This record gives sequence, structure tokens and C-alpha cells, in this order.
Amino acid sequence: MSLLEIRDLTHFFGGLRAVYNLNLTLEGGELLGLIGPNGAGKTTVFNLVCGFYRPTEGEIQLLGKNIAGLRPHKVTALGIARTFQNIRLWNTLTVFDNLCISQHYLLGYGLVKSVLRTPSFRASEAKVRRTASELLELLGLNHYAKEYPKNLPYGLQRRLEIGRALSIHPKLLLLDEPAAGMNPGEVEQLIDLIRWIRTEFKLTIWLIEHHMRVVMSVCDHIKVLDFGETIADGTPDQVKQNRRVIQAYLGEEEPSYA
Amino acid sequence: MFLQSFFQNVLNAMQWGSFYALIALGYTLVYGVLLLINFAHGDIFMVGAYIGFFIATLLLGHYTAALPFALSPTAIFVLSLILTMILTAGVGVAIERVAYRPLRRKGVSRLYVVITALMCGLILENGNLALLGASRRSFPELLPKAMYTVGGVVISNIKILVIVTTILVFLLLETIVRKTKIGMAMRAISYDRMAVPLMGIPVDTVIVFTFILGSSMAALAGVLFATAYPVLEPYMGALVGWKAFIAAVLGGIGEIRGAFLGGFLLGFIEIFVAAYFPSTLRDLIAFSILLMFLTVKPTGIFGVARATKI
Amino acid sequence: MRSLSILAYVLLGILLVAGAMGNWVNSYIQLVIMYIGINIILSSSLNLVNGYMGEFSVGHAGFMAVGAYITSVLNVWFFTDSTIFGPSLFPPVSAVVLFPVTLLIGGIGAALAGLLVAIPSFRTRGDYLAIITLAVNYIVKSSIENLQVIGGARGFMGMGSVVNAMKSAVQVPWILIWVLIATGLAIWVLYRFVNSTYGKGIVAIRDDEIAAEIMSVDTRRMKMVAFMLSSGLAGIAGGLFAHVLGYINPGTFTIMKSTEVLVMVYLGGMGSLSGSVLSAVILTVGLELFRSFQVWKWVVVPLLLILLMLFRPEGLFGHRELTDVFPWLGRRFAKKERQV
Repeated sequence: MSLLEIRDLTHFFGGLRAVYNLNLTLEGGELLGLIGPNGAGKTTVFNLVCGFYRPTEGEIQLLGKNIAGLRPHKVTALGIARTFQNIRLWNTLTVFDNLCISQHYLLGYGLVKSVLRTPSFRASEAKVRRTASELLELLGLNHYAKEYPKNLPYGLQRRLEIGRALSIHPKLLLLDEPAAGMNPGEVEQLIDLIRWIRTEFKLTIWLIEHHMRVVMSVCDHIKVLDFGETIADGTPDQVKQNRRVIQAYLGEEEPSYA
Repeated sequence: MFLQSFFQNVLNAMQWGSFYALIALGYTLVYGVLLLINFAHGDIFMVGAYIGFFIATLLLGHYTAALPFALSPTAIFVLSLILTMILTAGVGVAIERVAYRPLRRKGVSRLYVVITALMCGLILENGNLALLGASRRSFPELLPKAMYTVGGVVISNIKILVIVTTILVFLLLETIVRKTKIGMAMRAISYDRMAVPLMGIPVDTVIVFTFILGSSMAALAGVLFATAYPVLEPYMGALVGWKAFIAAVLGGIGEIRGAFLGGFLLGFIEIFVAAYFPSTLRDLIAFSILLMFLTVKPTGIFGVARATKI
Repeated sequence: MRSLSILAYVLLGILLVAGAMGNWVNSYIQLVIMYIGINIILSSSLNLVNGYMGEFSVGHAGFMAVGAYITSVLNVWFFTDSTIFGPSLFPPVSAVVLFPVTLLIGGIGAALAGLLVAIPSFRTRGDYLAIITLAVNYIVKSSIENLQVIGGARGFMGMGSVVNAMKSAVQVPWILIWVLIATGLAIWVLYRFVNSTYGKGIVAIRDDEIAAEIMSVDTRRMKMVAFMLSSGLAGIAGGLFAHVLGYINPGTFTIMKSTEVLVMVYLGGMGSLSGSVLSAVILTVGLELFRSFQVWKWVVVPLLLILLMLFRPEGLFGHRELTDVFPWLGRRFAKKERQV
């Protein structure tokens, strides 16, 4: 069974058609790229998959289970985590807490137990904190555990966001323009990070990105959207040479990738 | 018989709603421009009534010697009204300069300005109470009362005055906001406060203008209210103010049409509920209707939901 | 929690009660202490919603009223002979044991009333929710005014007899004791809640609700928990308040009262329990000291708050707790915190 199956996904915002007839199958372990000009509907697709919008039409299935229209926190509990185009970290909580809170669905205790501090509460907290500590270590953010996200350099904030997504132990990781605003050095680090995460955590990754270097380096497979429609689908090399893709991005010229 | 009392209630509702509409207007103008609920606004209404009271009694010669020339009570009314509107606008602008603008400059969260507004309202109410005492004042009768009976419905000239004035104000404001430059500036600021000064529009001036408009409308409401119901007391603005605020939200806060419609709607709800239910239930039912409405459509009748982009 | 501070609190409580019984803490001071306790519960419970969760709830007095009336009516009915309800349903001395039960029932009633605000909060935030809280406060007050059977606008009394019933069993300052216990418990519960990962979910909602929802926080459930806990505690404060005064009427629980609590929350600092406690103490004591200037009190207090907004909008403590401001306190207590 495929990890993620999307069938005929269509979404309207009032009269605006944002996504049209998207069909997609993701197998476990893949790294899929989603590219397209601005406004093509890429982030909308992510929002639909993670449950923030209920699709106008179409099906989304995670391991055979229908998830379209489920509330976002339930979709996350089923194994889909994401990062955001504009960083959305919790700025009055410490870096460490940011990594703990995303594991909220794993807590398994409520108000009463948190007040009484029962053994199951302690066990839950210990587990959550352990995961958070491990991630801090793995991502090299140990030094910043008690810091606030807004005080971190931009690249580290992005890394923290990815870490936060990882803390859920997701099966599928959605990365929304992780390279946005990064300088070339940070981009190289990001590429290494994505490759490393993929093998270390045995994840499936779905990536939206404008930075072609990142896309071409890490993706197995690329889907291209324009005005909500799929205009190309294939390996990086295939897509690079696809006329429609070139037209959508650059008009009639041939691109040259540095 | 039923029809008669029905129309009587309609008339009463329109008058009662007029006050809400005039005050709601001030809330909605300021909210539209600053995204700020000016909780002191209801008390501006009260200040307007009191200033009107003092000017009227002054002109009537109750404090100092009578004026060297005789003024008919109607002329005193008009004069008091104009002066009150000017002075109350001054109070509103003063509050903006002293309390709201420094916070805006600092760029603090909007919440702090709202709290400040709430506190300003408290200061106005309790300052009045402290300075002038708890005794109620009686607004002098300036306008000759005339009653007409049309088909069994009793219409007083005051009621007509209030309703007509409110409608005229609505038309005036719609014109200002839609047809004048400053109105356009007000609308621009409501969309994007940051971009507006970059386009050469003096934001502070527009904001001051907004406060002048809103406060003078509240003053107008205050004087008219005092004319219709001549008893003044320091907390009169509090309840009416809160309700007018709710009316503004009901109509869709930030929209002038919303403020007027919401005001009249609330007036209708209150009067008709009071007509057919025991009067003690009036507020309860009115607020419950409001609660249900807002749960279903939080942005109000004319309001537009602001979409969040992820 | 830091067991040392719990011990210190219990000792302080015992001292106060002994002092009250031994007559070297006079009844006026007892009254002030009870008001302080009640205000601490009110301000810290509102801080949960307005501070930690970042909402703007302006109707806290409504929940206080619900608790006050439920507890009072039950107590007068069960434990006293009254004109409204007839002879007491249970022997008066059982009030000693059952007082906390009726108090809790009042709190539960108030928590359920909190649902009236919690459910709309799923879809709205900020200014619109503020109006809903306002409307709820008003609806509660109005409803009580229309319930003639419990006195309506004239008010409800008889709580003095309830206290006497308790005293007839054991001659101690009962209400003082219950206020001290309730205050301690309220702070304890709130502290533990907001310091757990579960409770921090509400701060995540404040900082970025969308991210919280997408990152597995069930925002609806958290909002319900926060609102209900907050209003439930307010209800308990209301029940205690009713028995301190011996008489309540709906006019006490208006927007003015809600505003008093708001002042305490913003003075102390949103999201700081120590701040709420401290500001409750300062405000209660301050208002008592200036009792002779009654009328000016509500001119000076708002003025102070405006100055606060201008120069220190985050309040006394902002987001921080006492141990952040005085790190040496934190170090002394830190050893006890190791296990969580």
C-alpha cells in the first residue's frame, strides 16, 4: 500500500480555483518535490493534506485511511508533520518547550493527572523530554535549549522548525520552502540536513521549494504545478527539460542552472 | 389595536435605536481606522450630555447673569448642541493624543491600547462621580414639546428629531467616507496602516479627524438623549455605551452601514422584547439573541472576515 | 511543587487562623485577608485565559456570580431555617463537612457556564470573543435578577446563618480557613497545570494557534479546559465571597467587578502566576488603605494602569515568575524540581 494517495484533489476558495485534479502517489521512503511559480497552489496542497482546509473535491488517503477533512491535530497524530513557509515557532516558549509541545498528542494525560502528577504523568513527561533532548542533540541546538526562538539566527530557526516536525515521529514530512531566505552556505547545510534526515529517520519527505539547487539535488521525483494544475511530473532531469515547465517559470527562454 | 401598538413600538424602537446607532458609529469609525475598540466611547457620550447640560444652563443664565440679549430656548438648544459637539470632540481628541497615540508610537500590542481605553472610560465615569457627586442632574427643557397623534400612534417632535437627525448623519457620513479624500484615507488606513504613510497620507491627521467625527456624533447622541430623557447620571454612558458597542459588532464592526443597522436592530430587539415580555427580561433576551447571532456569524451583518494566510 | 513553599504557606495559614482565634488578628484584618485570598483566586484564574492563553475575557464576574449563587442557595437551603426554603434539609452542623462540597458544586456550575464562552472561542478570537464574554456576564446577571425565588434584584441572604451553623459545631473562623485552603489549592492546581507540557499547550495557542493545531495540539479541548478551569475557580471564589459578606446581589457582579479583576491581571503581568498573586495583594491592600477616598479609588486605579501601559505594559512580572526575577530563589528550590 502506498503511504499517501491523492485522487482528483480539487479545491476552490469561493470562485478561485486553487488546486485542480491533483493526482499523486507517494511510496514510503520517497523524496518528492513540488515546484511551480508563485501562486500555483503548492502551499494550498499542503494545507489540504494536513487538514487545515477541507477539500472541495477529491480524496486524500494515508496508508489507506481517508484523512481529507480531518482536523489538523488528528492528521498529525496519524503521522504527517510539516514546516511552514513563514516560520511559525512559539516565541514565548523556550526552544526545548517548542520541541516538547509538538508531541502533545502523545501525552496521554489530561488536567487531573497533570495536577496530581501521577506516575503515568511522570512517565509521559520523561518520554517527551527525552525525545526533545535527543533532537536538540542531533540537530546541534543543545546550546540554545533555554533560548527563545526569535533570538536564534534565521537558519537555526528553520532547523528548529524541522526538528519540531520530527519530534512527532512522522511517517511523512512536509517541508514548505525550507530554503527561503537562506544564504548559499545555509542552503548547502540544508541539503545535507534533508538527506541525513531521510536516512536517519527513515521518512518520506515531500518538499515545496523555489530554490532549484535544493530541488534538483535531493528529490527523486518532481511534480510541477501552475495555476493549480499539474503541468509536469517526472525525474529532475525530465522536468528540467520540459518545455511547459520552462515556459511557466521563465517564458520562452532556456534556463541555465548555476 | 394591535397595529396601533405595533407602530408605536416601531417608532419607539427607531428612536431608541437612533441613540445606539449614533454611538455605535463612533466605535466603528475608530475601529475601522485603528482596529481599536475605544471602550471610553460610551463615556464620551456621557461627557457630551454633561457638557451640553452645563452649556445650556450657562446660556440660560443659571450660573452667571443672563446674557445681554435674549435667546429663544430653541436657539439655546442649537447653540448648546454645536458647542457641545465641538468641546466633546476636543475631549475625544485629547484622549487620543494623551493615551492612545504614545502607545501607538511604541508599537505595543493592540491589547494594551484596549486596556488603556477601558481605563480612560473608568476615569471619566468615576471622575464625574467624584467631582460632581452622585446626585442626578436634570437637563433643562429647551425644545417645546409637541405631540401629534396619527392613527392612534402618539408621535412626539423629539422622537422625529432624533430619528431624522440620525438618518441625516448616516447620509452625511456615508458621503464623507465614500466621496471625500479624507474618507478614502480612512478606508485606506483600515486596510493597511503601514503602507498609508508611505503614500504620503498623514496618518495622525486622519486619525484625529476620525476621533473628531466619532466624538461629535456621541455628543450629538448625548444631547439628544438628554433632551428625550432629561435625567443625567455619571454611569449613564456605561450601559448604553456597552450596548452600542455590541450593536456596532452586530452590524459588522468597521462598517458604517453596519453601525447604523446594528444600532437600529438592537433598538428594535429591545423595544419589541420589552413590549411582549416582562420588562426585566428585556436585557436578558436581547443579549441572548446577540450571543446566538455572534456565535453563528461572528463578523456581524456587514462584516468581512479577515482571512488568515498560512 | 516546591514542598518548601507549600510548608511555608501551611504554616502561615495556621498562624493566621490561630491569630484570629486568639484575637490578636482582629476581624478587620481577617476580612482583608479573606478578600486578598478571593482576589488571588480571581486574578490567577483569569490570568489563565487572558494571560497564558492570550484571550480577552472581560466577563469574569459572571462566573463568580454563578458560583456565588449556587453555593449560597444550596447552603441556605440545606443547613439553615429560612423563609424561602423552610427548615434546613440537613442538620446544620453537617455544614462543617459539606461546605466544601457545595463550594465545589458552585465551581462546577460556573465551569459549565464557562462553556458558553469556550464554545464560541473555537471560531472567534480577540475582539469578537470579548463581546461574547461581555454578553455572558450580562446574561448571567440578568438571569439572576429575573429569578425572584432567590431574591432577584433584591439579593439573597442567609449565608451568615450558614457560618453560624458551622461555628455551632466548632468555634473557629471557618470562612477564613476555607479561603486560605481554597487559595492555596487554586494556586497549586494552576501552577501544576501551566508547568506541564499539557498546560503549555495553551501558551502555544496564544503564540500561534494555527501552528499549535497543526502540531498536534487539540486546540478545542485545550480551550475548553482553560475556560472551564478559569470560570470554575472564579465560581469557587464567588461562593467564598458570598459567605464573607453574608449577602449577595446581582449588582455586585457587573462589568465593574470584571474590570477590577482585569486590572489585577494586567498589573501582575499576563502569564505570570506570581504576578497575579502579588497584584491581587497589592490591589486589595491598596484599595483598603484608600477606603476613605472611596470615590477617587476608581479614578486613581485606572490612571495607574494607564501609566503602567505607557511605561511597563507587561505588568509587574510580564511572562516571568518570581524565580526568574530572583534567580537565587530559583536555585534554592531547583533541587526539589529535579524529578519533573
